[in-house]
Parts: sequence; C-alpha cells; structure tokens
Amino acid sequence: MKIMKSFKLTKTLYSFIFVLIFWYLLHISVKTAAIPSPYETIVNFVEIFPQKLSLHLGASMGRVFLALGISIVLGSMIGIWTGISPKADSMISPLVYLLYPIPKIAFLPILMILFGLGDLPKILLIVIIIIFQFTMAARDGVKEIPRELTYSVKSLGLTKPQMYLHLVIPAILPKIITTARISLGAAVSVLFFAENFATTYGIGYFIMNQWAMVNYKEMFSGILALSLAGFVIFLIIDLIENIVCKWVQQGRQE
Amino acid sequence: MTAQIVVKNLHKYFGKLEVLKGIDIEINKGEVICVIGPSGSGKSTFLRCLNRLEEPTDGEIVVDGETITAPGTDINKIRRHIGMVFQQFNLFPHLSAKQNIMMAPLELKIKNKKEAEEKALELLDRVGLSEKADVMPRQLSGGQQQRVAIARALAMEPDIMLFDEPTSALDPEMVGEVLAVMKELASMGMTMVVVTHEMGFARDAADRVIFMDEGIIMEEAVPEEMFTNPKNPRTSEFLNKVLTT
Ligand SMILES: Nc1ncnc2c1ncn2[C@@H]1O[C@H](COP(=O)(O)OP(=O)(O)O)[C@@H](O)[C@H]1O
Ligand SMILES: [Mg+2]
Repeated sequence: MKIMKSFKLTKTLYSFIFVLIFWYLLHISVKTAAIPSPYETIVNFVEIFPQKLSLHLGASMGRVFLALGISIVLGSMIGIWTGISPKADSMISPLVYLLYPIPKIAFLPILMILFGLGDLPKILLIVIIIIFQFTMAARDGVKEIPRELTYSVKSLGLTKPQMYLHLVIPAILPKIITTARISLGAAVSVLFFAENFATTYGIGYFIMNQWAMVNYKEMFSGILALSLAGFVIFLIIDLIENIVCKWVQQGRQE
Repeated sequence: MTAQIVVKNLHKYFGKLEVLKGIDIEINKGEVICVIGPSGSGKSTFLRCLNRLEEPTDGEIVVDGETITAPGTDINKIRRHIGMVFQQFNLFPHLSAKQNIMMAPLELKIKNKKEAEEKALELLDRVGLSEKADVMPRQLSGGQQQRVAIARALAMEPDIMLFDEPTSALDPEMVGEVLAVMKELASMGMTMVVVTHEMGFARDAADRVIFMDEGIIMEEAVPEEMFTNPKNPRTSEFLNKVLTT
C-alpha cells in the first residue's frame, strides 16, 4: 500500500513536470503574448488568487458541486427504480435513450428564459446533460446484482430499507463514482460555456473577460486555476472511492 | 406431535408454466431431507417456496405451527428462523467474513456489537476459518466462501437450514470441506432440507431422500432403499445417470 502511494506521487510529480516543460517549450516556440511563460503565470496566479481568482473559482465550483450532487442523487434514485421495477424500466429507459444523445447544451437560452439569469439555469443545464449517465450506471449496477445474492440477503430476513442500504447501494457505488469522474469533465466544460452569459462571477466569465481585455497573463492564471480545481476534484473523488469502495480496490489488486 | 414443516398441495406457476404441480410433504424436527432430481424439475423453486422467496401460487405451508402462506404473515420474521445457502454469490462483497456474519444479527438488533462479534468468531472457528475473520470474500476460495455463508446463516440461530446445491459451483477438492460442515450440523440435530447432486452425502447424512421430477415428488424413501432399490423407473433412470458419470 505504501509503495503504491509513493509510486502514485512520483507519477503525479512526473506529469506536472512534463506539463510545465511542454508549456515552456510552447511559450518559447510560439512567441506570442497569448502563451505567457509558466513562471510569469505562476507569479501572477499567486498574486491574484486571494482577492480575485478564488472568488470566481468558488462561484464556479459551487455550481459544479451542486449540479453533480443533484445529478448523483436524483439520477441514482431513478436508476435504482428502473433497475428494480421492470415496469419503470419499460417506461423510463426508452426516454433516457431518446434524451441522452440530444445536444442539450443548446437549451441554455430556454433555461434562462424559464428560470432567470441566476445560478439556477446554469446548474440545471449541467444536470440535464450529465444526469442520464448516473441513471444508466445505477440501473446497470442494480441489474448486475446476482439473483442468488438477492435471495441470500432476503433469506436473512432483512427489511426493504436494509436491503437498499446493504445490497443495492454497495452494488451501484463503484459505478456511480466512475461516472462522477467521467461526468466531471463534461460538467466543467458546460459550466465554462454557461458562465459566458449573464454573469459576472465564475471562472468561465473571468477567463473570457481577461481574453477580451487582452490581459493574457491573467487569462492564463484563470486557466491554471480551473485546471488545478479539476485536478483537486479528481483527487477528492479518488479519496472518496478509497474510503467507500475499499473492497473494489482490494479485488483489483488480486 | 406435528411436523416442523408441513407442505400441503403446493403449486407454483411462472406465468403459464406450472413448475410445482402439487407437493405434499411433512418434515420433522431434526430430520435431514435430501432432494435429488434432474435439472429443471423444480427443486430450487420448491426450496424457495419454503421461506417464500417465491410466492406459492396455491397450497399451504406451515412452519413451526404457523401458516406462513397466510395473508398478513410477517415473512421477514419467519425467514430469520430459516437459514439458507445457495450455489454461489452468497456473501456481501463489500464486507469481510466476520462482518458478513455479524451483519444480520446487528441490523435486526438481535445482538449488540460485542455479542455479535463473539458469535461470529465462534462460528468461524466452528467452520474452520478462524484465521480468515478479516478477509474479504473475493480473497476466499469458493469452499471458504460457502463455509462463511453457512456461518452467516447460523448466526441468526435458525431452527431450519435450507441448502440449494451448495457444492455444485465448487472445484472438486473443495466439496469435502463444505459437506463436512453440513454433516456436523446434521449430527447436531438441525432440521435440514438439502438439494444436492452429492449422492454420497445423501447416503450418509439424509434421513429421507426425495426424488423430484417434473414438478412432483416421484419417490420418497430412506437412502438405503432409494439407492439400492428404487421403485419408480424414472428414479432408477436418474440414479443410473448420475451414479455412472
Ligand atoms: N423466476 C422464474 N421465472 C420463470 N421461470 C422460472 C423461474 N425460476 C425457475 N423457472 C423455471 O422453473 C423450472 C424449474 O426450475 P428450478 O426450480 O430452478 O429447477 P431445479 O432447481 O430443479 O433445476 C425451470 O423450467 C425454470 O426454467
Ligand atoms: Mg436448482
């Protein structure tokens, strides 16, 4: 376990150094102000983070977490329901298949007309884009529970809520976490897009605004902040997985 | 004295398919019944009706004097007195061997944490797995998993144990260790209904053997009788097939 951890650390360090070198090479070869050097950017980042960047980043992360949370809870609940009840499956699954491929990002104007200009339409946009994946993951997780395991747990005389807690939720958790990891990229991208409309707070707004003001150093600090935030959320998801899905990890190491 | 399990005219349909076509049997306390028969004959369905994992379509089942097929029965309460072990996938994959055993008594507030743990360790010792208490199911062999599954069922202190082909999914070298635990259980006076293809076990441990075919009990006899002198031609045909292969 310890060896694994330090191995992971060196790998992370290695990729950071790689990114920095690549960035630097790009900076000296392209020779445009649009790609400031890593050094300048980091200095600028440290300078503007406390007063400015953190506010924008905080607003954005709040939206992402809320959208992710709503999607996980609501999506999983619908997924569990469709996994358990064939009737619900025959009603909801066709809808999911129909709605899933629609480019829902185009619905932002409609959401803004319906729900105003605040946070709500932005959060809803993310939710309607990523929720389907959680529904499908939960449904598949439930359907993959071996029938004999269900029988075996039922035969102990557990009640329905206890069955959910000890059979259903552990069965879908690993899938939900994997889905969260995949959806995170989509969520951040969608947010970046949505934050270009009717807002003055959010990292998406900040980056595009600095771009418009030809303030490339700050723009790049914004990109750096967003990237770091993404990385940190990834680490958090890893951490959660390590805590709640220990048994999956142990199985993998076999 | 009435029998511990009384099954009267049990019928089970899956849609239009009639899987059980009128089963009648009485099982006394402490008896060991082995159920044999070709695959698809309804053995598993019969066993699962006994704790209503399958809902009987018609007929009556009485366990310890209580009609469990009556409407309004709290079936969860009855299931707690009837342990059951299946072919495979018995254990919670996310809990260790010990936690698997402690889980039901804890959840159902039958034991406190200390009592549940003591009981779990005692049962692990009884099935010969003391040193595996903290191991996860995936890291146990099939035979070890089955022994933990038996221990978990025993943690509820059941009066009856049902086994549905508990050794059929195991590698041959692990069959013996599971059968040994079951034999010990039988010798201690547990009422057991065992669906099995292990004719050796049926011969040694069963008080009665039941041959099921096409949803009915074709023949019922003490093991000696069943294996040396079967009355029904279908029984001899089946026994010839399983005993020669
Ligand atoms: N849940 C179910 N739905 C529909 N058919 C079933 C179901 N369970 C069992 N059957 C059918 O019932 C018959 C008896 O099955 P089973 O009781 O498993 O037999 P056995 O255990 O003797 O092999 C088989 O034809 C099987 O296909
Ligand atoms: Mg069967």
